[in-house]
Amino acid sequence: MATKVHMEALSPTMEEGRLVKWTKHEGDAIKSGDTLAEVETDKAVMELVARADGQLLKVMVPEGTTVPVGNIVAWIGKPGEKVDGDGAAAPVPKSAPAPEQRARSAVRSAPASAPQPTPIAPADATRVKASPLAKRIAKDAGVDLKLVHGSGPGGRVIKRDVEQAPTAAVATTAPAVQRPAYGAQRTPYEDVPLTQIRKTIAKRLAASIGPIPHFFLTTEVDMERGAEAREALNKQLGEEGGKISFNDIIIKAVALALVQHRACNAWFQEDHIRYWNEVHIGMAVAIEDGLITPVIRNADMKSLREIAAESRELAGRARNRRLKPEEYTGATFSVSNLGMFDIDQFTAVINPPEAGIVAIGSIVAKPVAEGDRVVVRRRLRLTMSCDHRVIDGATGAVFLKTLKQMLENPLAMLL
Amino acid sequence: MASFDVIILGGGPAGYICAIRSAQLGLGTAVVEQEKLGGVCVNIGCIPTKALLHSAYIASLLKESKEFGVEASGVKTDYGVAMKRSRRVSDQNSKGVEFLMKKHKITVLKGTGVVQPGRKVKVGSEVYEAKQAVVLATGSRVKGIPQIGLEINKTTVISSDEALLLERVPDSLAIIGAGAVGMEFADIFQAFGVKVTLIEALPRILPIEDAESSDTLTKSYKKRGIDVIAGATVTKATVGKDKVTLDVAAGSDKKQVTAAAVLMAAGRAVNTENIGLKECGIQLTDRGFIKVDKNLQTTTPGYYAIGDVAGPPMLAHKGFREGSVVAEIIAGQKPHPIKYDNVPSVTYCHPEVASIGLTEDQCKEQKLDYVAGKFPFSANGRARGTGETEGFVKILRDKKYGEILGAHIVGAHASEMIHELAVARENEYTVEEIDLAIHAHPTMSEAIGEAALDSLGRVLHI
Repeated sequence: MATKVHMEALSPTMEEGRLVKWTKHEGDAIKSGDTLAEVETDKAVMELVARADGQLLKVMVPEGTTVPVGNIVAWIGKPGEKVDGDGAAAPVPKSAPAPEQRARSAVRSAPASAPQPTPIAPADATRVKASPLAKRIAKDAGVDLKLVHGSGPGGRVIKRDVEQAPTAAVATTAPAVQRPAYGAQRTPYEDVPLTQIRKTIAKRLAASIGPIPHFFLTTEVDMERGAEAREALNKQLGEEGGKISFNDIIIKAVALALVQHRACNAWFQEDHIRYWNEVHIGMAVAIEDGLITPVIRNADMKSLREIAAESRELAGRARNRRLKPEEYTGATFSVSNLGMFDIDQFTAVINPPEAGIVAIGSIVAKPVAEGDRVVVRRRLRLTMSCDHRVIDGATGAVFLKTLKQMLENPLAMLL
Repeated sequence: MASFDVIILGGGPAGYICAIRSAQLGLGTAVVEQEKLGGVCVNIGCIPTKALLHSAYIASLLKESKEFGVEASGVKTDYGVAMKRSRRVSDQNSKGVEFLMKKHKITVLKGTGVVQPGRKVKVGSEVYEAKQAVVLATGSRVKGIPQIGLEINKTTVISSDEALLLERVPDSLAIIGAGAVGMEFADIFQAFGVKVTLIEALPRILPIEDAESSDTLTKSYKKRGIDVIAGATVTKATVGKDKVTLDVAAGSDKKQVTAAAVLMAAGRAVNTENIGLKECGIQLTDRGFIKVDKNLQTTTPGYYAIGDVAGPPMLAHKGFREGSVVAEIIAGQKPHPIKYDNVPSVTYCHPEVASIGLTEDQCKEQKLDYVAGKFPFSANGRARGTGETEGFVKILRDKKYGEILGAHIVGAHASEMIHELAVARENEYTVEEIDLAIHAHPTMSEAIGEAALDSLGRVLHI
C-alpha cells in the first residue's frame, strides 16, 4: 500500500505550511530521508523529508499552496500503485489509523526491512513525553528534550535517545572554559518559586500595563574607547579576519554584564522565575516581512571574533529564512539595534519569557561637558526594557551601570 | 497446492502466539505440529511442573501446619495422583490452545514439517506454499551427556519428560544441573520423600541468578535435607539395572553418589535437524541455534525463526514476544524492538527466585557505579504472618541517575512480584518512582518499595 506524505509540524508552533517548492517530482525514486519539498513555516523555510522508500507517485498540492499540518501532500509507493485521489481535500486526522485496520486493508507488501518506530512530529512543544530516567540524564547533560527524537512508544524520549542526541540538542555546547561569577554551578539554570511579594508585584503591575509590565531605563555611554578598541582589533584582524561590529562588542558586553547580574538573565514562568546560569543572547534581525531573533548561545564564553562570525552567519541565514527552530529559540536576554537607521534612542518590546531587552541607538559624535570644558565625543544611548515582574528598577539600573562601564572601558571585558 | 500467507513450524508458545497474532492482523495462517499443541511448555514443561510444585508445596505446608494450629496426622503423598492431576492441567491447556486456533481460523496441520526452497513446507506427502513467510518455531528437547555414559535410557537415566510421567517416585534421585529445571524437580521430589542429591558443574546452584539468590537457596535446600554439590563435575557414571553410581569431583575432592535414578537437567538441544534448513540455505550459529538478524529473519529471506531455536534465553515468554513481533513484521508493521535485557527469569522452587536485568557480579564486571538496596522478608509483616520469611528483595541502582540496573527477589510469590520491576525497567522508571508508587500494606510487595528506599539510604522498616 502506498504511503501518505503529510504536512508535518516542522516547528513547535507551526499550524500550517506553505509548500514553497517540490524538490522531487512525480515518478522520482525516493529513499527514506530524502528531501521532498521546501516548506515555509511560521518562522523559516524548512525541509519536508520522506518517511518511506519507493517512488513519488502523486503530488497532491501545487507549489505556493498553504496546507494545514496533518494534510496529505503526496503519496510514495511502488511504481504503478494506485493512490486515493481524494486524499488532499479532506483534512486527515493527525493520528494514523489503527494498526489492525491498516493491516486488514490488505497489507501485502514485503516484510519491513527494519523495525523503526514511526517518526512522530512534535505536535505539542510544551509537553515532552520522556521517561523519568531520560529526563534525569537530559537535565544533567543539559540536553533539551524538545529537540530529541523519541524512539519509545508514541514518540516517548527514552534513555538511548538522550544518549544519542546530536550535539545540536545539547544546550551546553560551550568549551571547557572556567565560567566567571555564578558559572561555577553546572546546572543551566535555577528555578526559584515566586515569593508572595513577587506574586503581588507581578499581578498588580501586569494589571497596570498589558501582560508584561514594562519599564524603561536609558543611559548614555561614551564610546570613544570602544570605537578605538574596535578600530585596533579590526586592524589586527586584517582583511581575512572578518570585521567586528559595534553590535558584536555590545553583545559581548551585555553577556558579560549578565554574568554579574543574574537577576536580569531570567525567564518569567508564571509560578516561578527561572534564573539562567547560561547566557544566550537573542539578536533581533529585521527580515523582509518581519523580525526574528537568532540566538548566540553562551555568548559570555565566546570571543569577539566568534561572536562576530556567528552573528554574521545567523543574520545572513535569518534574512534567507533558513534558520532552524533551535537557532531562534531559547534566548535568555535580547538586544535590538536600530543604530544603522540613525535612531538615537528607542524602546524595544520584551520577547517573553525573557525579562529584558536592550535597545541600541546610533553612535553620534556630540558635544559633552568634560570637567568644565566642552569636548566632542562619540556617544551611544542604550535603553533597557525590563519586565517588572522579574526586574525591579534598581536591579535594572545596576545591570545597566555595569554594561555602561564595560563599554566605556572595553579592557574590562578581558577581566 | 494449498497456500497460506504464513506457515509456522511448531505449535509451542512462540509458534501458537505467532499464529494468533498473524491471524489478528488478517493473515491466512497455518501451524504445523507433530504432537500436542502448546509444545514443551504446556505439555512437558512449564505447566505440569507448576502443578506438581503446588502438590509439593501442600505437602511441605502440612508438615509445618501444627505450628499454625492445624494438626494433620497421617499425611501421605502419592506422586502418581499428583502426576495425573498435572496431566489434566496440561491437557486443559493444550485444549485451550486448540480452541484458540479454531477461534482465529488458524489451520493446524498434523505432522512433521520440512521446509523447502521457495517458501514451501512439506508435511507428510503434502506441500504447502507460504505466500509471505515461513516461521521456524521448532523448539528444543532434553539432552543427556553420552560422553560420560549418561545417555537417557528412560528408566534409570531419565529427563524431565519421564519425570513428569512417573507413577511412583524412586527412593533416591541424583539431579545433574541446578538451573531452573533441576531446582524445581529437586523441590518436587524432596517433598515427595525422595533422597535428592543436586549436582551443579558451575560454582553455585542457579548459576545465572545473583550470587545472593544462589546462597539463600543453597541454605534453604540443605536445611530441608537436599544434598547440594556445586562446582562439581561427574567424571564417570556407572549405570546399573536399578541404580546409578556417579563419580563426582569437586576440585580435589572426590566422592561417589549412588541413586536409584539420575535426572538429566543440564541444558537442552534445539530441534534443527531434518527440517530442511540446509536445503533452504538457512544457517546456524556456532552454538547451533538458527542464525537470525534483528528482525528475527534467518539467512534466507522469507524464513524467520522464533523461540528456543532462535537463541537464548530459552524461555516461553521470550518466545511469546518473538512470535508476536515476527507476525507484526510480516504484516508490514514496525513493532518496537524486543529488549532482550529486560526478560524476567523465574524459578518456581520454594522459595521462588525471580530476577530481571543485571546481577551484582555483572554490575561489578561492567564497572558500573551502583548501589545495592536490600530488604529481607523477615522484616515484612505479611511474610511473618504467613510464615514465609525466607528471602529478600534486592535492587541494584545506578548511583548517578537511579536507573534500576537489576532486581532480584527470593521468596514466596517472587514470580508474581518481579513484574513491578519489569514494568519499571521497561518504562525507565528510577528507584524514586518505585518508592512514589504507594504499596498496599501489608503485602510482600512492600519489600520492593523498601529495597528501593534502601538503595537511596532511607529504608524505613529495618
